[in-house]
Amino acid sequence: MLTSGIPMEAFLVVSTIMFFAGVYGFLTRRNLITILMSVELILNSVNINFLVFNRFLFPNQLQGHFFSLFIIAIAAAEAAVAIAIIINIYRHFNSINVENVNEMKY
Amino acid sequence: MSGFSYTVLIPIIPLLMFVFLGLTGHKMKPAIAGIIGTTGLFISALLSYITAYSYFFVSGKVDGVYQKIIAFNTVWLQLTDKLHIDLGVMLDPISVMMLVVITTVSLMVHIYSNGYMKGERGFQRFFAFLGLFTFSMLGLVLATNIFQMYICWELVGVSSFLLISFYYEKPTAVAAGKKAFIVTRFADLGFLIGILLLSYFTKTFDFVSLTTPGCPAITQAAGVTFMGVSVVTIALVLIFMGGAGKSAMFPLHIWLPDAMEGPTPVSALIHAATMVVAGVYLVARLFPIFALTSPDALTIVAYVGGFTSLFAAVIACTQNDIKRVLAYSTMSQIGYMMLALGVSGYGGHDGLGFMAGNFHLFTHAMFKALLFLGAGAIIHAVHSNYMTEMGGLRKYLPITHITFLIACLTIAGVPPFSGFWSKDEILTAAFHHDKVLFFVEYAVAGLTAFYMFRLYFNVFWGEDRHYHHTPHESPFVMTFPLMFLALASIFAGFLPFHELVTSDGAAFESHLDIPLASASVGIGLVGIFVAMFMYMKPKGAPEKMAATFKHLYKWSYNKFYMDEVYLFVTKKIIFRYISRPVAWFDKRVVDDTMNGIAWISNYASFKIRGLQSGQLQKYAFVFISSALILALTFVYLFLN
Repeated sequence: MLTSGIPMEAFLVVSTIMFFAGVYGFLTRRNLITILMSVELILNSVNINFLVFNRFLFPNQLQGHFFSLFIIAIAAAEAAVAIAIIINIYRHFNSINVENVNEMKY
Repeated sequence: MSGFSYTVLIPIIPLLMFVFLGLTGHKMKPAIAGIIGTTGLFISALLSYITAYSYFFVSGKVDGVYQKIIAFNTVWLQLTDKLHIDLGVMLDPISVMMLVVITTVSLMVHIYSNGYMKGERGFQRFFAFLGLFTFSMLGLVLATNIFQMYICWELVGVSSFLLISFYYEKPTAVAAGKKAFIVTRFADLGFLIGILLLSYFTKTFDFVSLTTPGCPAITQAAGVTFMGVSVVTIALVLIFMGGAGKSAMFPLHIWLPDAMEGPTPVSALIHAATMVVAGVYLVARLFPIFALTSPDALTIVAYVGGFTSLFAAVIACTQNDIKRVLAYSTMSQIGYMMLALGVSGYGGHDGLGFMAGNFHLFTHAMFKALLFLGAGAIIHAVHSNYMTEMGGLRKYLPITHITFLIACLTIAGVPPFSGFWSKDEILTAAFHHDKVLFFVEYAVAGLTAFYMFRLYFNVFWGEDRHYHHTPHESPFVMTFPLMFLALASIFAGFLPFHELVTSDGAAFESHLDIPLASASVGIGLVGIFVAMFMYMKPKGAPEKMAATFKHLYKWSYNKFYMDEVYLFVTKKIIFRYISRPVAWFDKRVVDDTMNGIAWISNYASFKIRGLQSGQLQKYAFVFISSALILALTFVYLFLN
C-alpha cells in the first residue's frame, strides 16, 4: 500500500516543527497579521497530522481527509473574520500591534 | 343534631364585613361604612339569639342534659391518618352563652362607635378591625378543637393590637399596642407548648373527645409523669399561662392598663367584655380535664385568680385615669371568674363555681361594657381621661349618669342588679371550698364597691371644673347602647344559669345563701358609704387617708411598681446578661467569620487581578505552558 519510502515519523516531525513554529510565532509576534499567520501554521500542522495518520494507520477509511477538508474551510472563514476584526482594530487604534489592544483587563 | 348549620354564618358575616370594609371602605363615606358594619353585626346578633333560643329551650337537651353539638366541621389540615386539624362550629352551653355575649356587646359597640368615632380619621378602618375582632372572637368560642381555638386566639391578639394602636400617630398608643402584643404573645408560647404536650399524649385536638369525663386518652396521659408531676397537669398549667396572658392575670397583667390607649369602644369590647375573658373561657372549655384529672392545676387557677382580684382592686382605689380604674376593675373581676372556676368541682351542685364563673362572665360583660361606654361618653363630653378634671357632671349628662349609676350598683353587688346574683354565687362557691379565698374575695367585694363609687362620686358629684365647653349629653346612637346595656345589667341576674350553663350540662338546684348574701351586700354598702363620705362633698378626707397610709398609697398609686419590675428584669437582667452576650457573639463571632471570609477573598482577588492584564499573548503563554506542563506530568506519571 505504501508507495513512497518516506516513513511516518518524517511527516510527524515536519508537522511538529510547524506546530511549535506556529505557537512560537503566536506568543512572540506583535503584529496581528503575523499572529494570524501563526494560527494558520498551527491549523495546517494539524491537517498534516490528520492526513498522515489516516494514510498510515487506516488507509481504507476517509475520516482524516474529511477532517482536513473541514479544517481548511473553517480556517478560511476564520481568516475572513480575523482580518475583519484586525481592520476594525486598526481603525480604532491606528495600529495592529497586539500590545496596544489591552483594554479588556481588570 | 343538625338544624344548626346556619350558625357558621355568625362568625362569617363579621369576616365578610372586615374584608369588604377593609378593601373598599376608604372609597365610601364614613357614615355608610359604619351603617354597613353595624347591619352585618346586627344580623349576626340576631342569628345568635335564634341559636341561643333554639339551643337552650328547644333542641339542645337530650334527657335533661345539654349536648355538645357539632354544627359544622371541615378538615383543614390532615397531619396523619388520625391526627387532623379541623375548622368547625361547636355548640354547647358555654359557647352559646359566649355567642350571645360577644354579638350583643359587639353590636352595642358598633352602634356606639357610629357616634363616638365620628369625624375620626380611619373611621372605616376602625369598623373593619371591629369586624375582624368579632370574627376571631366568635371563631374562638365556637372552636371544635383546641387548635382552631389557638388560631383564633392569635387572631384576637392581632386585632387587639391593631385596635389598641389605632391612633398610630400617638407614640403611647403604639407602645401600648406593642406591649399588649408582646406580653400576650409570650404567654401564648406557654399555651402552644401546652397544646402540643396535651395532643402528643392524647393524640387528639378535639374538644368533644378531650372533655368527655373519663375519656381513655386523658386517663392514659394522666398516668405519664414527668419529674413527679402528671404531664396533663403540666400541659394544663402551660395552657392556663396562655389564658392568664390574655385575661391579664398577675403577673402577665401589665399590658391591660396600657391598652386603654385605644379608642374607648375598643376598650369596652375587647378589654372589658370579650377578649380578656377568653382565658376564663379557655379554662371553662377544658374544665372537665382540670376538675377530673388535675385538681392541682385548678388550685393554681383559683389562687392566681384570687390574688389578681385583690391586687387589682387595691390599685384601682388610687388611680386617677377613669379608664385605668375600669381596667384594673376588669382585672379584678376576671380574677373573680378564674377563682370561681378554680374552686369548682365537676357535676351537679359541686359545679356551682363553674356556673358562677360563667354567670359572672355574662353579667360582667354587660355591666363592664356599660361602664366603659359610659366612660367614653364622659370623655367625649369633657375631653379628658382624668377624674381630677371632672366633677358635677350629673347635671349635664343625665342619661349617662343614670346608666353609670346602675352599672356601679351592679358591680358593687347591690340586689337586685345582676352583679349581686353572680358575685354571690361565686362567694358561696368559694366559701364551701376554701375559706382563705373566700375572705380575699369578700374584701375585694368591699374594695370594688369603694373604688367604683369613688369614681362615680368624683365624676358626677363634687364641684364643677373648668371645661372647654359646657359638657353636653351624647347623641342617641351613643346613649341607646348605654340604656340597652343598663337594662341587660339589671335583668341578666334573673337568668336561670344553674339550669342552663353547668359543668356537666345537667341542671341543679341552687339557692340563695341568705347569711352569705347579706354579708356580701353589707360589705358592698360599707364600700359605697365610705366612698360617699369621702368623695361626695370633698372635705379633704381622701388626702388625710392617703397621708395615713402613705406607703400603701404610694405603692398602689404606682401599681406596686410592676412595670418597673418588668423593666428591671428585662432591661437590667435579661438584656444585660443574656441578650448582650448573645448579640456580642452574633456580631463578633458569627458576623465576623462571614466578614472575614469575604475580606480574605476580596484581598486575594485584589492581589491576583494583575494577572488579567489584557495582553492576549500572556494569556496564551500561560495557557500553553500549563497545557505542556500537564501533558508532561501525565507522560511522566503514566508512561514511566
